[in-house]
Amino acid sequence: MKTSNALWKQRLSGKLPESLADEIDIFETEVALKKQGKLEDRVFAETRLRRGVYGQRYDNGQRHDGKKVQELAYPNRELTKGPNTLWDAPGMQRIKIPGGGLNASQLETLADLAEEYSDGIAHVTTRQDVQLHYVHIEDTPTLMRRLAAANITTREACGNSVRNVTACPYAGVCPDEAFDVTPYMRALSRFLLGHPDCQNFGRKFKPAFSGCSQHACALTNMHDLGFIAVKRSENGQEKRGFEMYVGGGLGAVAYQAKLFAPFVPPEEVLPLAQAVARVYARLGEKKNRNRARLKFLVQDFGIERFRELVLEERKNLPPDPRWTEYLEDAEKFQEEPLNPAGQQPAVGSEAFQRWLKTNVRPQKQAGYMIVTVSLPIGDITSNQLRALADITRRFTRETVRTTVEQNFVIRWISQSDLPELYQALEAAGLGTPGAGTIIDIVACPGTDTCKLGISSSRGLAAELRKRLAEQSFQMDEAIQNLHIKISGCFNSCGQHHVADLGFYGVSRKMSGYAVPHFQVVLGGEWGHNAASYGQPVVAIPSKNIPEVVTRLTGCYAAARKNGEGFRDFVTRIGKVEIKRLLDDLAQPPADPTDHSFFKDWGDPREFGLGDHGIGECAGEVISSTDFDLAAAERQLFEAQVLWENGDVEQAGKTAYQSMLRAAKALVKAEYSDVGDDPDEIVAEFRARLYDTQKFFDPYAGGKFAHYLFAAHQKAGVPHTPDSARLLMDEARLFIEASHSCSNRIEIPVGI
Amino acid sequence: MELQHINVKLLLGKPEQVDLDPLIPIFHEWIQDQIWDDLLLDVADYRHVHAGPGVILIGHEGNYSMDNTGNRLGVRYNRKAALKGSNLDRLKQASRAALRACERLEADSRLQGKLRFNAQELEISINDRLLAPNTPATREAVKAELIPFLQELLAGSDYGLSFNEDPRSLLQAWVKPLQAFSATALSRNLLPA
Ligand code: SF4
Repeated sequence: MKTSNALWKQRLSGKLPESLADEIDIFETEVALKKQGKLEDRVFAETRLRRGVYGQRYDNGQRHDGKKVQELAYPNRELTKGPNTLWDAPGMQRIKIPGGGLNASQLETLADLAEEYSDGIAHVTTRQDVQLHYVHIEDTPTLMRRLAAANITTREACGNSVRNVTACPYAGVCPDEAFDVTPYMRALSRFLLGHPDCQNFGRKFKPAFSGCSQHACALTNMHDLGFIAVKRSENGQEKRGFEMYVGGGLGAVAYQAKLFAPFVPPEEVLPLAQAVARVYARLGEKKNRNRARLKFLVQDFGIERFRELVLEERKNLPPDPRWTEYLEDAEKFQEEPLNPAGQQPAVGSEAFQRWLKTNVRPQKQAGYMIVTVSLPIGDITSNQLRALADITRRFTRETVRTTVEQNFVIRWISQSDLPELYQALEAAGLGTPGAGTIIDIVACPGTDTCKLGISSSRGLAAELRKRLAEQSFQMDEAIQNLHIKISGCFNSCGQHHVADLGFYGVSRKMSGYAVPHFQVVLGGEWGHNAASYGQPVVAIPSKNIPEVVTRLTGCYAAARKNGEGFRDFVTRIGKVEIKRLLDDLAQPPADPTDHSFFKDWGDPREFGLGDHGIGECAGEVISSTDFDLAAAERQLFEAQVLWENGDVEQAGKTAYQSMLRAAKALVKAEYSDVGDDPDEIVAEFRARLYDTQKFFDPYAGGKFAHYLFAAHQKAGVPHTPDSARLLMDEARLFIEASHSCSNRIEIPVGI
Repeated sequence: MELQHINVKLLLGKPEQVDLDPLIPIFHEWIQDQIWDDLLLDVADYRHVHAGPGVILIGHEGNYSMDNTGNRLGVRYNRKAALKGSNLDRLKQASRAALRACERLEADSRLQGKLRFNAQELEISINDRLLAPNTPATREAVKAELIPFLQELLAGSDYGLSFNEDPRSLLQAWVKPLQAFSATALSRNLLPA
C-alpha cells in the first residue's frame, strides 16, 4: 500500500545483514508470484506465516456488523493470501524479540513502523514478541527490511517453526538467579533460526530460558523446550548447567513439561536442542495438527523413551562449531550500568511511593534497581516508544526488555536516579503503578483482531483494569498481589491456566440468544515457572465477570487463613463452594429484554446475531439440547471434584460420561430415539455429526470429536492422575464445541 | 516531491467536555451503513493508552479516528492507500475526508453538540518517512506545496504555519488560521469550483 516500498529497497540495499536481506528478497518475490497467481494458497500461507505475517479477524471478507453479515467490498476479492483469506484484508505482523531484549534505536524503529504501517500502537505479547496490527501484506517486505536494518527479524515468528526464544527479563540482574541466561538464550535463538533441522515440524516449537526455578519469569514449564539455570560443584569448581524440560505447552489441552535431564552442561544445550528438533521433525505428527505439538509426542512415547530417542540422535549429530564457540564470551557476559550506583531517596510524592512499591525492585548489584514499565494490556504508542528510547539512553546502556506479562523492564537504574526516571516516565504516560498486581492484567488479542476469538478478552481486561485501578490501593495486600489473565478462547494465548484468576472465552445460549461468556479458571500457579495449571469452574456471561472478580477477591480477603495463597485457598474451600458462590451469576438476566448481556465489553454489536430468530418472549423457551449440555457440564464439574479428592479412576470415568452426554444431546436433536449405549451414541454421533461435518468448527475442524472417539476407545483403561486430568480438559473442550455446534445448527425448540 | 499518505487532523475545542463512549457505536454504525465510498472495516479502541490514537475507525483506503496523540484531541484522517493526481489533489482529498467525518460527528446528537472543531488549528502530516523525511529541506518543499492548498482551504485569509522540528517525528505542519472557520465552512471552500 505504501508508495515508498520500492524506494526503501534501494535505500537499504547493502545495509542489512546478508542472511536477512536474502530472506526478505525471497519473500518479496513470493508476494509478487502470489499476486500473479503462481503460488498455491496453502504454500503461500505457510510462507508468510514463517515470516510472522498473520491473518486477522474478518480477513475472509465477511464481518457481522451487528445487523447482518456484511461482505467487505475489497477492491480485489479474487486475490487471496491463503485459504479463505483476502489479499487486501489487513493482517498482523509479529516481530521476534529474543529474550525481549531491545535497544533504543530498535525501539525507535518499532515506533516508526507502528506509525507508518499500523495504527500507531505496538503490542507486547505474552511471549515477549511485538505485534503490529492492520498491516497490508504488500507493506510487509519493506517493514521487514526496516526491521532487519535495526537487526530485528520476523523470520519464524509464526508458522510451524521455532518461535521466539524467551527468557527472564531480569536475567543478569535478578538476585535469585543461578547465572545470567542471556548469552545462552541468544545463542540458541541464533542457532535455531532457519536451521535446516527445524524446517519440517508439524506445529510450532517454543523454547524458554529461566534463571531459577522458583519464580515465574520465563514459564519454562509450559514450553516445548525449557532450560532452567543451575549450578553444581565439580571437583571443587562451580560449574554452570541447566535443568532441561520438554513437552510442556498450553493451548487447548495444557501439559506440564517433563524433566529431560537435571543437569545439561552449556556445551550440550545447542546440540541437545538440535537433537530434540530432529526427533520432533522426524516423529512428530504431521497430518493431524491437533496432535502435532511436541507435548503429544512426549506424552505418547513417555519421557524415558523420548529421552532415549533424543540421546541417540545426539550421538549421531555431525559436530558444529556453533555449539561451543559462544561459550567463552557467555561466561564473561555482563551488562554494564551507565550511571554509578546510588542510594534510594527517602522522600517523594505519594504517587512516587506507590510506584516504587509496585514497579521497582532491587537488582543483585547493590545500588541498582529494576523498573517495570507497566503497559495497559500490552499496548504502547509510537511516541511512548520514542520516549522510552530516550529514557534508556539517559539512564542505562540501552538495556530494556519486554516481559511475558506484556510490560517493559528497564534495568541498571541507579537508585539515586529513581525520582528523575519516574518523572520522565510520568511525562510519557508510562509511570503507572501496579506492575505485577491485580490491575496488571494480561490479555490476548481476542475478538479485537484474532480470527479465533470468541469473547472480548481485551474489552474485559480494559474494564477490569478500570474498575480495579480505582480501588487497588485500598485493597488488602493479598488481593493486590493476585494475577488475572484472559484468553479470548481455549487456545490460551492469554495464559489463563497460570493465573490466580483466569478466564477464557466461550459462548452459550441464553434465552435463545448466543451470549459471550468466560469460563472461570481458578488456582493456576504463576510461580515456580508456571508449576501447575488452574481448573475451570463455571462459565459466566461476560458482563458478569467483574462481579465474579469482586466476589472471589472479597471471599478470599475475608476467609483466607494464616496468609494462605489464593491457590491454597481455592483448594481448601473447594470447587463446589466456589461454584455455589458464583452460580447466580451464570443465570440469564432477570429481565429477558435486557440486551446488555448479549453484547461483549467494548463492542456494541449484539453477539452472534446469526443465531437469533427467536422473538422477545423467547426467554422461557430452551431446547432440551441446552439442558442436556448443561447436565454434561455438571457431570464434568463432578469429575473435577472427584479428581481433586483423589478419586482419579472415578474422575476419569465421569469425564468420559460427560462427553457421552454432550454427544447424545446433539444426536438427540436429530434422532430422538438414541439410547444410552455408549457404542450407539458414539456411532450415531460419528454418522450424524462428524461424517456430515456438522460438528466441525470453522477453524478447529473435527478436532474435538477426536477427543470423544479416543476416550471411547480407551474406556475401561485404568486412569493415572495425569490421564484423568487430560481427559477432563478434553471433555471440557468437547462440551464447549458441542455448545458451539448447538449454536450453529438449527435445533428445533421442544426437542 | 510526491506527497502521499497525507494525514489531516482537526483539533477540537473544549476536548475535556467530549464524552468518547458514544463514538464506539457511532463508528460501528458507519460500518453498518458503509456511509462513504471508501471501505470501512473495523473499530479499534485505544483509549486505555496515554495520549494515543484514541478510537480508530479502520478503513481500507484510510482510517478515521478521534485521535489524542500528543494529548491533543482531534478528528483525524490517515490516508493509507496511494492516490493518483497532484499533491494538491491529495491534500484536498485528505482534508475533505477529515472534514466530512468531523461534520458528521458534530451533527450526531449522541455527542450532545460537544464535539466541535476548534476552528483554529489543523495538523497536516505526511505519514511516510522516506517520501517526506522531517528535514529542513523537505519542510521547505512541503511548505511550497501547502501554500496554494491553504490559499484555497482558507479562502485566501491569513494563517500561521509552523512545523514540528523533531527529526524523529513525521513531517508535520501546524496550520493556524487567523480567522475562525467551521468545519462546514472549510468543506465549502474545498468544493470543486
Ligand atoms: S487465545 Fe484464542 S482469541 Fe486469544 S489470541 Fe489465542 S487464539 Fe486468539
